[in-house]
Amino acid sequence: MPEISQSAALSFREAIDRHSLHEHFADLPQQREAAKLGMWVFLATEVMFFGGMILGYIAYRNAYPAAFQAGSVHMLFVAGTLNTALLITASLFVALAVHAAREGRRKALVWCLAISMFLGVCFLGVKGYEYYQHYLDHKVPTRTFQWDGPDPRHAEMFFVLYFFLTGFHALHMIIGVSILAFIIYFAQRGRYTPEYHNPVENAALYWHFVDIVWIFLYPMLYLVGHTHV
Amino acid sequence: MATSPQLETVESADYLNAEYGVKSWLLTTDHKRIAILYLASITFMFFIGALFALVIRLELLVPDGTLVQADTYNKMFTMHGLVMIFFFLIPSIPTVLGNFLIPLMIGAKDVAFPKLNLMSWYIFIVGAGMFIYTILTGGLDTGWTFYTPLSTSFVSSSVVIGALSIFVVGFSSILTSLNFIVTVHKLRAPGMTWGRLPLFVWASYATSVIIVLGTPLIAISMALVALERIFGIGFFDPLLGGDPLLFQHLFWFYSHPAVYVMILPGMGIISEIITCFSRKGVFGYWSMALAILAIAVFGFLVWAHHMFVAGISVYSALVFSFLSYFVAVPSAIKVFNWTATMYRGSLYLTTPMLYALAFIGLFTIGGMTGLFLASLGFDVHVTDSYFVVAHFHYIMVGGMVTAFLGGMHFYWPKISGRMYPESWGQVAAAVIFIGFNLTFFPQFILGYLGMNRRYWHYAPQFQVLNVLSTAGASILGIGYLLPLGYFAWSLRYGRRVGDNPWTAAGLEWKTPSPPPTHNFPETPVVTWEAYNYAELPKDIEILREETFAGD
Amino acid sequence: MFPLWPISASTMARQVDGLYIFLIVVTGTVTLFICAVMLIFIFRYRHSKHPVAEQVTGSLPLELTWIVVPLGVFMIFFIWGANIYVAEATPPKDSLQIYVVAKQWMWKTQHENGEREINTLHVPVDRDVRLTMISQDVIHSFWVPEFRIKADVLPGRYTTLWFRANRTGTFHLFCSEFCGTQHSGMIGKVVVLDGAKYQEWLTNGGEMGSFAATGQKLFQELGCANCHRFDTQGRGPNLVGVYGKPVLLSRGTSVIADDAYIRQHILNPGFQVVAGFKPIMPSFQGIVTEDQMLSLVAYIKSLATPQQREPVSNRPPVPKSAGAPEVQ
Repeated sequence: MPEISQSAALSFREAIDRHSLHEHFADLPQQREAAKLGMWVFLATEVMFFGGMILGYIAYRNAYPAAFQAGSVHMLFVAGTLNTALLITASLFVALAVHAAREGRRKALVWCLAISMFLGVCFLGVKGYEYYQHYLDHKVPTRTFQWDGPDPRHAEMFFVLYFFLTGFHALHMIIGVSILAFIIYFAQRGRYTPEYHNPVENAALYWHFVDIVWIFLYPMLYLVGHTHV
Repeated sequence: MATSPQLETVESADYLNAEYGVKSWLLTTDHKRIAILYLASITFMFFIGALFALVIRLELLVPDGTLVQADTYNKMFTMHGLVMIFFFLIPSIPTVLGNFLIPLMIGAKDVAFPKLNLMSWYIFIVGAGMFIYTILTGGLDTGWTFYTPLSTSFVSSSVVIGALSIFVVGFSSILTSLNFIVTVHKLRAPGMTWGRLPLFVWASYATSVIIVLGTPLIAISMALVALERIFGIGFFDPLLGGDPLLFQHLFWFYSHPAVYVMILPGMGIISEIITCFSRKGVFGYWSMALAILAIAVFGFLVWAHHMFVAGISVYSALVFSFLSYFVAVPSAIKVFNWTATMYRGSLYLTTPMLYALAFIGLFTIGGMTGLFLASLGFDVHVTDSYFVVAHFHYIMVGGMVTAFLGGMHFYWPKISGRMYPESWGQVAAAVIFIGFNLTFFPQFILGYLGMNRRYWHYAPQFQVLNVLSTAGASILGIGYLLPLGYFAWSLRYGRRVGDNPWTAAGLEWKTPSPPPTHNFPETPVVTWEAYNYAELPKDIEILREETFAGD
Repeated sequence: MFPLWPISASTMARQVDGLYIFLIVVTGTVTLFICAVMLIFIFRYRHSKHPVAEQVTGSLPLELTWIVVPLGVFMIFFIWGANIYVAEATPPKDSLQIYVVAKQWMWKTQHENGEREINTLHVPVDRDVRLTMISQDVIHSFWVPEFRIKADVLPGRYTTLWFRANRTGTFHLFCSEFCGTQHSGMIGKVVVLDGAKYQEWLTNGGEMGSFAATGQKLFQELGCANCHRFDTQGRGPNLVGVYGKPVLLSRGTSVIADDAYIRQHILNPGFQVVAGFKPIMPSFQGIVTEDQMLSLVAYIKSLATPQQREPVSNRPPVPKSAGAPEVQ
């Protein structure tokens, strides 16, 4: 009895693998390598995209250091630090999910992805709360911006960069969370095997990238004004 | 040599007749069909861009013309530049010839991500649609360079949608390039080593790397301009301490490599054409391949040569001028090597070869004038004048469009299974060459004399040269309409061809014309070097028959 | 007939022309050579005459030659051009100072003696002239083709340009950076007069007083003099002798008090607070136009050299020191 079910299980996996192989690829390993390279190339474009904005940040911070320091003091340090912790933990669970996928452990895969997704949503919630607080505090850089300190205009520039950088980052988080939702759906239906789980690997790469961007943004925006906390 | 018997039966399965119906085209994942979809789209955009050029040249017939008002004129040159650059030049060779040929050239059945390939086309259509919407709702009058604070705070045209349309079409480029990079890395047939790749593949690969690394910067530039306009947030506003030069740096960091994106694929095509019609391998294969990579790398290091008078420091200017000379060296290598390829070859002056020869001459002139511009003291005088306009048109039109047309003629039999009429091809090539030079050579003189670019009205002493330029433009326009006509004609009446009408080297010529959907029945195994003309018949099959020249 | 070459009317023009001719000759020769070679090959190796190609596909010595030689020639292009550029970026010390404010779509020029012009600039021949320029709105660019000089005129920042006209006459001034609807209408004339005629033109302008005097008046009217007294009692630093010298800032760094510093300070005083002073200076953003700003700059500049000063109240007869401002 056990031998029959074991061979039945193997052929089910084989069937998935065969179904997963797209016809222009010679075999699954080639397809996997292609998918991975494709994702890395895409991440290179994302690095350049954020890099452009970070270049703007560097240029202005270099020109107006005092104002940027003062602007950073107005950041919600606790919220930012909490968010950093949430994101790093989410990345941990995504890495665990990939590990589970490589070993064919479907339940672990789904749970790890779900936890990451949940933490990602929490991140967005905290960010929303911060934005709202900044709005109440008149720190949104439109006509409503108010600043009582020297050099209001350059301080406003800090907030321009803050909202642009974290805004684009949040947009990528939303995309990342959505991608995870799709992956969870397919994982739950048994779509992935140890031989074929490219979407999981690639989604993980994307997620880690978004995390790394935050690792840059956090000190650039929050720690500048909080070195003496 | 007679055509092989199987081609008498019209219903042999190729990618064109594999399936019929609009849906089979709009939902295709066949790289060859996607190439045709792109061909239609970029040709359409080319003629829109050409219409804007027509208005410009007509307005400039008289120094104080009122064919259009100043604001309209400003929209004409802005949109001419944007359409031609983003919706024609950047996509043209990669998405049409690249998409069609790369899998064939490397022995693959398709690109790495066929569905992504189709999505790239749809994104292009969305971007083009947004731009056409921009044209219809007030246009854009910021200059294609969108300099701030003019574009952010001082014009009331459709800047936001226009900028976002560029953002969108940039994504299309990025995804196509991503596809090509993975395809070349992972889908080469056994035996197709990097050293055996046709130079067109090298060129497409390098172009794709530039696109992937550079395009996000134009994306962020456009996004920041759009955000500043939508939310009134002054990222580039001097009142907030914003720096208009920051925009220029972000913009040119992409837009300079973009010009190499535009020319490299053309250079790849020229290598294919010259070798075939000299019946010889390319002179210095590895120098040519490394030169392509060098152009890509150095192209990223020279962007501020567009800003010599913009207010950058003397030190920066010296560095960028110095580096700009380095990017000229690999281009020079290519020109010398193409010429040397012809040495002791056996030359045929077919239409593609005429275009290739024209390319070498015109690209050389364009490139040489680039050397002028890289020289600081000279650039101060002529930057923002018609000298620069002439320089880049020599490269873009004299170089790139010429290469595109050469490539279209060379590969037309493979793409359509039909031959175009050769004598018409030669006539059109001659008309284009004459029209082009008459249009743009006077502009070098105008620039040094003091005629500014983007000027609706100009000083009266510049009129004669402007009239010559407009005359040339009309001839050029006729020249461009001719291929449109006879290519269409050839689809119905052109003579059918076999696998390899040009008796050319390369895997793409080992498939039927047109190729079947999956390119190769089995993955080929490559055991020969690139451009192995020594092992091929010395004569070109289709030119041995008297009927060809008489078409 | 129509011209094919612009007139040379400045000391730089001949140099740029020389470079241009050199470039044409060298690149033209190479281009013609390549075209000639191609034509020869087309003729000699056409298929009917040369049916079999010889596979000559490489030559390292030849390739190295045509890498090294062009690079060498390019370096000559670079150095020649760089020399001209560096010279153009270094205004000579005793240049005649003229101020230029660009706005859509006109040029406003201001001479130090108070003379103002719109879309015209009168200058003396054979004299170094330095332009300090700024835009009120978008980026413009000041181009005089017959002088072969050009510089962008930016909002928010001064840029400079200098030239020495060596020929009298009237020459074109063009705006050379696209600036909107009337970009092609933002043109003018540079009128170069010989010494005597220039003096005549200069003094014919009327009784508006020197540009620095305009600035001085503004200095009083806007209340600057209330804090920036000419003794040690002011809430702001004494501005005598400040121009062109280093200033110590409260954050410990020091900057040179040049045109840009003065302008920045008036518009955004909180950005660079001087050491030893409180950050209480109000901003004059929106109150002072760029023209007025330049007059204030001219005035403060005039405080640097004692003999150019105009008599003002609470001014000590002899400045205490020509060094850094006195600290409270």
